[in-house]
Amino acid sequence: MSDARETILGRIAEALRVSAPRPHLSSDTPAGTPAKVGKPWLPEGGEDEPQRLGILAANLAKLRASLVRVADVPAATAALSALAAGKGWKRVALHRGDLTEALARGLDCETWCVEDDFDKRRLEACDAGLTSCESLVAQTGSILVSSASNGGRALSILPHAHIVVARKEQVLPDLDAALDEARRRHGGSLPSMLSFITGPSRTGDIERILVLGAHGPKELHVILVG
Amino acid sequence: MAEPRDRFLADAAVSSADSPQRGFLRGALGGYYASRDAQKARYRDWEKARDAAALAKWTAVNRLDRNLARFEEAFVRNGGKVHWARDAAEARAIILGICREAGARAVIKSKCMTTEEIHLNDALEAEGYGVVESDLGEFIQQLRKEPPFHFVFPCMHLRREVISELFGRHLGTPPTDSPEELTMIARRHLRDLYLAADVGISGANFLVAETGQVSITENEGNARLTCGIPRVHIALAGIEKVIERLDDLAVLLPMLATAGAGQPMTCYNTLYAGPRRPGEPDGPEAFHVVLLDNRRTALLADPEQRDALHCIRCGACLNVCPIFKNIGGFAYGTTYQGPIGSVITPHLRGLRDWNHLSGASSLCGACTEACPVRIDLHHHLLRNRRNAVRRHGGALDRAFHRAFGWVIARPRLFDAGGRVFRALLPVLRRLPLPYLRPWLRTRTLPDAAEPSFRQQAKEALR
Repeated sequence: MSDARETILGRIAEALRVSAPRPHLSSDTPAGTPAKVGKPWLPEGGEDEPQRLGILAANLAKLRASLVRVADVPAATAALSALAAGKGWKRVALHRGDLTEALARGLDCETWCVEDDFDKRRLEACDAGLTSCESLVAQTGSILVSSASNGGRALSILPHAHIVVARKEQVLPDLDAALDEARRRHGGSLPSMLSFITGPSRTGDIERILVLGAHGPKELHVILVG
Repeated sequence: MAEPRDRFLADAAVSSADSPQRGFLRGALGGYYASRDAQKARYRDWEKARDAAALAKWTAVNRLDRNLARFEEAFVRNGGKVHWARDAAEARAIILGICREAGARAVIKSKCMTTEEIHLNDALEAEGYGVVESDLGEFIQQLRKEPPFHFVFPCMHLRREVISELFGRHLGTPPTDSPEELTMIARRHLRDLYLAADVGISGANFLVAETGQVSITENEGNARLTCGIPRVHIALAGIEKVIERLDDLAVLLPMLATAGAGQPMTCYNTLYAGPRRPGEPDGPEAFHVVLLDNRRTALLADPEQRDALHCIRCGACLNVCPIFKNIGGFAYGTTYQGPIGSVITPHLRGLRDWNHLSGASSLCGACTEACPVRIDLHHHLLRNRRNAVRRHGGALDRAFHRAFGWVIARPRLFDAGGRVFRALLPVLRRLPLPYLRPWLRTRTLPDAAEPSFRQQAKEALR
């Protein structure tokens, strides 16, 4: 279909011979890329760590995700163990990693690392998926996961609950910072999936009434260490 | 088949007379207005954020050839395959070819208006593929064999009783009046279909030229499953979806969510760069992007209305439009409803057949004010009207406007004409005037001011 490619690119070049006026920007707007131009006007992400953590907690609460803050990894392990016992989870899937494996060791139920013989049907039968994340975004209450660092594509979407364990230093002010950080970490080879998760799965398709757990996890729990 | 204009007038007359349905739509939109306003208030300056979003799309669209070429190069570097389609038939053939080559049987789809535009489901079904829409609203509309009512909220016109009855008939589930239980019925039904599907078809909200990523926005998680589980992923995207930089999304994603559904961010905003990488536990073996023109370049060639290609399909202009709220989504007879649909459809499908949509507006400007990327929507409707008269206008139209222009340029003549008109008004009121009849069906012709406006103004200025 290289014919189609040449035709379309030719039509575009022809169409763009006449220019369209650039959008007007107010004088107090910083110069630069759209992200820089927009940054001061978007919702706040906090100037320092206490502010960022405060904004993140407020956003997660509004999104109906739970947030547990603990001092260290043993406390995080205890928190997950209590959560799993309370919910009566029988099978929890996770991916390899310091934090996730440490937390899984405290679980009483069956655990399985998706790197060991991935099986989508087995994953679907799990009560919960346990992952780390790339970063958390205070501004929007989002959690950035990737297929490279956080257990692939299905682990954070297919099980009925999603638990994210992260360190306090991973909380970033805004989306721009989270995208920057992901690029810095992965360099030229971006993961095949990067996903901002903002609250548990939801729909308003029936009479615009909010229902949680449309196709993805019904519950989202964040355990923040530090 | 009747002409689009005749169908529009007939359908709009029926739907706008349906008061209970209109009330229901207004009720459903009430929650949207409240959450949108609460969310907008969290922006340090919503209006200036709109400027930044407009700049991102302007930059992308006005360098479209360069950005598409860059996207293609980066996407291929990520391991994906790019296909170009001049029109709907080419896009359908490409997608069918990929399904055939993959030896696929079952196809799962996440919400994608571009596939509605090219009537993809009919083509796949005709070739014997099982096709299932996974977005809850689209799933319901597919069972009803009906197109989406609203391009963001596909079944917002349906009451829960109707959906309960529909599920009972097709899925054998017991009746319920709980939206939550209805959602869970669809969830349970679709779970197995994700696992069984060979091919997942999605749309694209943005194509990032710089990094070769495809960005998909959704709330339900159905797109994450559609793009994550089957062994082949196909994304169909209009060529105008390309943006220049990855960090443009730091502005566009929250603006899309706030304008479209009053959210800080849509629940899942996912960037896909190629198929599964070595070292990743899962993901598709192949990832294809189909870039569709289908007359978008004709709109691009009109610099006056080029900004209509900035549209990020948030649906905000529909939600605030008095015409949409009264006639509903079906009457438009288009893939894209509401003000943006009325602006672009004449470009995509011909001004001669679709100019009547330029009149489906009160020109109140609510759409232009709601648009997060500042598309000059209501003025574009006026521009379409002007272009229609220029290109296809009847001799009568032109003669009338020329005569009218000539008269109002001559105050004495205009005044005399006004006097004659006022004297004749009682008679005119009783005449069956074909041109005025649709207008007068639901309105009465008001009395003329006495004394005339001109005389009143003269008195006041004295």
